[in-house]
Amino acid sequence: MNAIFAQLPEVTPDNVSAALFYLFAIMSGASAIGVAISRNIVRTAVCLLFTLVGVAGLYFLLHAEFLAAVQLVVYAGGTLILIIFGVMLTSKSPFSRFEPKLAEVIIAVSIASILLFALFIGIARTTFASNPIETGIYPVDRLGQVLLGDYLIPFEVVSVLLLVVMIGAAYLAKGRKREEDETSKTTTMSRRAREWS
Amino acid sequence: MAMTMSILAQADQPTLFQRLVFDGTPSLLVQLIYGFALCATVFLGGVSLIAMFSIWWERKVAGHIQSRLGPNRVGPIGLLQSLADGAKLILKEDLVPKDADKLLFRLAPYLAFAPAFAAFLALPFGPDFTFEPRLSVGVFWILAILSVEIMGVILAGWASNNKWSVYGAMREACQMVSYEIPLGISIIVGIMAAGTLNLVQLGHMQGGGIHTWLIYRNPFVFLAFFSYFVASLASNKRAPFDLPESESELVAGFHTEYSGLRFSFFFFAEYAAMFVVGGIQAALFLGGWNDPFGLIGYFYREWTIAENWMGLFVLNVIGAGIFVIKAMGIIFVQMWLRWTLPRPRIDQVLYACVKVLLPMSCVLLLGAAVWQWLIIERAGIPWRDYNPWNFAEWVRAGLTGTLVTQVILSLVGIAGFTATVMWVLYAAASGRNIKQRLTDPDPIVQVPANLATAK
Amino acid sequence: MMLAEISFGVIGLQHYLFLGAVLFVSGLLTILVKRNAIGILMGVELILNAANVNLVAFNAFSHGSGAGGLRLDGQVFAIFVIVLAAAEAAVALAIFLNFYNNFSTIDVERAQNLKG
Repeated sequence: MNAIFAQLPEVTPDNVSAALFYLFAIMSGASAIGVAISRNIVRTAVCLLFTLVGVAGLYFLLHAEFLAAVQLVVYAGGTLILIIFGVMLTSKSPFSRFEPKLAEVIIAVSIASILLFALFIGIARTTFASNPIETGIYPVDRLGQVLLGDYLIPFEVVSVLLLVVMIGAAYLAKGRKREEDETSKTTTMSRRAREWS
Repeated sequence: MAMTMSILAQADQPTLFQRLVFDGTPSLLVQLIYGFALCATVFLGGVSLIAMFSIWWERKVAGHIQSRLGPNRVGPIGLLQSLADGAKLILKEDLVPKDADKLLFRLAPYLAFAPAFAAFLALPFGPDFTFEPRLSVGVFWILAILSVEIMGVILAGWASNNKWSVYGAMREACQMVSYEIPLGISIIVGIMAAGTLNLVQLGHMQGGGIHTWLIYRNPFVFLAFFSYFVASLASNKRAPFDLPESESELVAGFHTEYSGLRFSFFFFAEYAAMFVVGGIQAALFLGGWNDPFGLIGYFYREWTIAENWMGLFVLNVIGAGIFVIKAMGIIFVQMWLRWTLPRPRIDQVLYACVKVLLPMSCVLLLGAAVWQWLIIERAGIPWRDYNPWNFAEWVRAGLTGTLVTQVILSLVGIAGFTATVMWVLYAAASGRNIKQRLTDPDPIVQVPANLATAK
Repeated sequence: MMLAEISFGVIGLQHYLFLGAVLFVSGLLTILVKRNAIGILMGVELILNAANVNLVAFNAFSHGSGAGGLRLDGQVFAIFVIVLAAAEAAVALAIFLNFYNNFSTIDVERAQNLKG
């Protein structure tokens, strides 16, 4: 039994974390490219879901466990649901698609590839003052202390901002009825029915 | 990824299993293979077994509440009914609707089932029976991974190309996302009283007997348990909030077009999520794997010092049984509510969330914070830092307030629990003679005398 | 030349930065190519995620403890970015719903009222 295990490649913690990194990185990267490429809007949303889940996995590897859970709750379970709601409310059929013009696609792809090439060269040639990743597990209560200690003012400002956004988005999304429908409905319906129609 | 955390934190004590099975810390490759094998066999098998038992139990409970018997043909009291159902579902024809989006239609059941299964990995079945005991965001991780399930349900409704499925999916998304807020705030009230998100630490903290359970820590956590229960009903699409799959309105809501094995994935996902939610309540509020007398906590400490590994293993098995029984009790109450209460409309459901549960949970959060500020609580692990049954010592340490609160609330809890159990037993016993007959009636050979015949 | 000193076995900071760059460029491509307004919103979310990955990666690979203990600035920044992205998605969707109600299409090519 041990002889079989001895012939397999050496498994070290570095190997395991490298394998997990490649798994999540390929999942996020391929899904991100899928978001750009796919033509059906719902498939774009599903690719975005896989990207967000892959990024959450990367946060686990970077010892940001609380942030990974926040990413899953807020992004994958909140913002993405909101986006899907928007998709469902604004699409006329499940298979409608808008095709961009070919010239636009060529310009966009060339800009994107030039930027990607520049970023790659920039990252590869820079020597960052980085330490090897620490193997301790970051405690969650330290994050709480920092949020309510050093970063108290941004925390409070963000809470006010969220309140303003809630009110503003609810007001904006309520919308106004189109002009030609109002006159036909005002005579026969009660006020409450008019509000709900 | 959780195993990576345990691997990257070097210089650890070998866990209980590693001592019993491998006699020390095995190599990393063996650990990985062992972890995968454990996931594939024990966890998947356990989840399926729990789901199948819950399905049978639901039908039995439904039957008895409706004055009938439920499944009683297949197996001793119909226990193998779920197996028969599973075999039937596997053998059915695999239908994909003609204009449906095939890829998304096929993907949706797995997106709904995988999060419910992943949440099992964090549940504390026992102090050493947790898959990853060092997950420092245990409760929040379960909440987060259950949020991904919403996406699977929406995709199922959308990809069916059926307007009723889309209605079910949109109602479901609305409801589940809205009820996540009171769900999260109720969990925060419990976590505030506990001081840690780690599920294994939570279990150790409640190991001193029934008065150390977190639900009895202060009255706000007591009420937060009930608000969490209601919010978890809605988050699970469980009655009375089962509009997404309302049987009498939308055929089957978002999983109308699913048949055969794909439908069984949704079914399993629902019951697995019910167990996970019940498990969170058991672990966070009701003491996890601990018995009401604190014996498991006491013997765990004794035998850890004495390094009695077989004894610890037995203790873990008993603790896992207690945990499962507590979660099943909560599932029973969920089933009881399903077959008792009528179904509200979607706007009433959202009204209950935003205008009732959300302000209530905010008030509970504020109240719990003020309570903890004013009344000093006993921090530390029972049996390790203090003796939880030595009440005189509590008073000497100046912690009378919290002791009185905990004892009074636990007496209230015991009284309520006993009353409920008595009530259920009475209903079961007194409903015996109004149930339908079990066997076929005798054949009629002669027309009865009082039957009016046409002349 | 450039990839010779970046190993595949040990994951360093540059691996995470490469991934951040890929996410950023995909988001940019999505914004440029999509005609559906909600597709453009998804591209913006990708760009914000790329920035978050960079922030958290720098936090993990930098000096672990500063003056007051463990430094968690990158994670706090990332939390604020996530919160603001959610807020911005809500407002953007409200605007898109209004757009759809007025033009009865979600195609951004039709938003030409200010043209000319």
